Amino acid sequence: MSFDYTPYLRMEKLPHMWCPGCGIGIVVKSMIRAFAEVNWDPKDIAVISGIGCTSRAPGYLNMNTLHTTHGRAISFATGIKMHRPDKHVVVIAGDGDLCAIGGNHLIHAARRNIDLTVIVNNNNIYGMTGGQYSPTTPLGAKAATAPYGNLEPSFDLVNLVIGAGGTFVARGQVGNGRQLTTFFQKGFEHKGFSFIDVVSNCHTQYGRRNKMADPMNMVKWISDRAKPMKKYQELGDEDKDRFFPVGVFLDDTSHPEYTDTYQKLIDKLAKSPVAAGGGHDAF
Amino acid sequence: MEKEEVRFWPGNIVVAEAAVAAGCNFFAGYPITPSSEIAAHMALLLPRVGGHFIQMEDEIAAMGAIIGASLAGAKSLTATSGPGFSLKMENLGFGYLVEAPCVIINVMRGGPSTGLPTHPAQADVMQTRWGTHGDHPTIALTPAFHQEMYLETIRAFNLAEELRIPVIVLLDEVLGHLSEGLIPPKPGTFEIINRKITTVPPEEYYPHDPSFGDVPPFIPYFEGYRWHTTGLNHDKTGFPTTDPQLVTEDEKRLMRKVTCNRELIDKVEYFMAEDAEIGIFSFGSTARAAMVAVKKARAKGIKAGLMRALTLWPFPNRQVLEFAKNLKTLIVAEFNLGQMVYEVERSVKMELPVKRVNKVGGVPIAPAEILARIEEVA
Repeated sequence: MSFDYTPYLRMEKLPHMWCPGCGIGIVVKSMIRAFAEVNWDPKDIAVISGIGCTSRAPGYLNMNTLHTTHGRAISFATGIKMHRPDKHVVVIAGDGDLCAIGGNHLIHAARRNIDLTVIVNNNNIYGMTGGQYSPTTPLGAKAATAPYGNLEPSFDLVNLVIGAGGTFVARGQVGNGRQLTTFFQKGFEHKGFSFIDVVSNCHTQYGRRNKMADPMNMVKWISDRAKPMKKYQELGDEDKDRFFPVGVFLDDTSHPEYTDTYQKLIDKLAKSPVAAGGGHDAF
Repeated sequence: MEKEEVRFWPGNIVVAEAAVAAGCNFFAGYPITPSSEIAAHMALLLPRVGGHFIQMEDEIAAMGAIIGASLAGAKSLTATSGPGFSLKMENLGFGYLVEAPCVIINVMRGGPSTGLPTHPAQADVMQTRWGTHGDHPTIALTPAFHQEMYLETIRAFNLAEELRIPVIVLLDEVLGHLSEGLIPPKPGTFEIINRKITTVPPEEYYPHDPSFGDVPPFIPYFEGYRWHTTGLNHDKTGFPTTDPQLVTEDEKRLMRKVTCNRELIDKVEYFMAEDAEIGIFSFGSTARAAMVAVKKARAKGIKAGLMRALTLWPFPNRQVLEFAKNLKTLIVAEFNLGQMVYEVERSVKMELPVKRVNKVGGVPIAPAEILARIEEVA
């Protein structure tokens, strides 16, 4: 049985603008499969993005789609979710967009535990602007603005979002689309702030500078380094540096969701009207 | 009017009350002096009317959130002051390009930079027009009295909705914190305009469609229309284009929403202007000082008169030229080092002397300072 992607895509906008072999395609495909798994009607879904290669994804999705300013997708998404808490709001972003210029919005949305799902296509580079190093570029890796190797330590986005207060946090990778679909589905179903870090390939900007110019080789290199969390924990310190853990790191439903909390306030106050001016009359 | 209907509110409370009266149901903001009481009052009022208030993590996020809420159908508001207004500029431009109705209140304070957080100024007026990059239209309202602030806040929402455009209300620290009597109009006694909703089916809907006039009908998200919005230049469908003709047509249409609706947007008031020989152009709280100066000049036998702009942008060029016709001298009184005077000079085409009353430093322009300039040129 073949899966029908067409109800979720704006077919007339294809072919897409990404490089052949780009990991974003796998992320978008896995998202669509997850939308089908949770049985959401596309008219009830809003997909929001910022700026960059990944942020072009909403243009291909036949839903309510918003391509905003650099780094700010989560702030627009917060406005949409607050006004329509009954609808599904998903953010898709690249690593530079989400955790450099947009890092403040990421941690605060996680802290509020507002019911957004944020998916990051984490390819360790600014692709669209020409391969500059991002907050997730590994130490020592080469980039357009790191010709002698990256001098900065990188973010672990999973730990960042857990630390900030996100309540569903997972990591997958583009070599395993089926697993990504499962993580996205769980993220969509989670009531609260959900975050999925997708280790992805930009062979054009990252790979070319770091001896992985071929997309298949780069995806294989990523896949070979991914270890399920339990196996990763059993590794020695040296091996831990060569591999990265995948899986669901946190799935906590014990915390109140922000729009729910706000609705409870509205319901409570509906019974107690306030005087005009709220006590500001000086006389 | 019955006595108990008179309220005595600080200006920041007036605009917050007026926003809710205008149908505002979403506010996102960030703490900043001297506008913070607006956010605090919206936090108090909105959940009581089923609306939503949120204090965002920064000024940029607040601007993003009100545009997002607007696209989902909300009537949204943010309030800020100089530094925050600077931070909002990029997303404000996004609002113009995607045609998201919303209202931004800037309670002006001294600047540049952190400046004088607790003191007034009128030095953001050119930033209001040109602060965000690229060509764009601007609507900015400058009320001077509390009664007027109430009504002009409602008008700001109405213009935003009718023209699908962000509208800016400029107050300053004096207006924001000064308490003054007003009589809030009863609901139903003022007009409330809501954005025009499309009547075409989803397959025929385009978010920036010029075939219905310069203001394309709107449809909120989640109504089955699944439209796309982008900050890239786009064609009528909302999808990016680099076609020079399509980009030109769309940008020119955005400008026409303001240039071709001047009778709807423009608003000026005159005070003792009929037979005036010495005219004063002013706006906002400085116009209040100018009114006193005009009265004092008249008492001394000098024929002075005032024109004050309630709509500062688009600039009332035609009205200023008309006002200047019978004047010997025109004085521009503004609480900055000279900004709107350039617009006035352009409007009168050097046909009469244009003098200035300017000031910075946080202490408002006093009537005596304007009177001194009137007497000097009389």
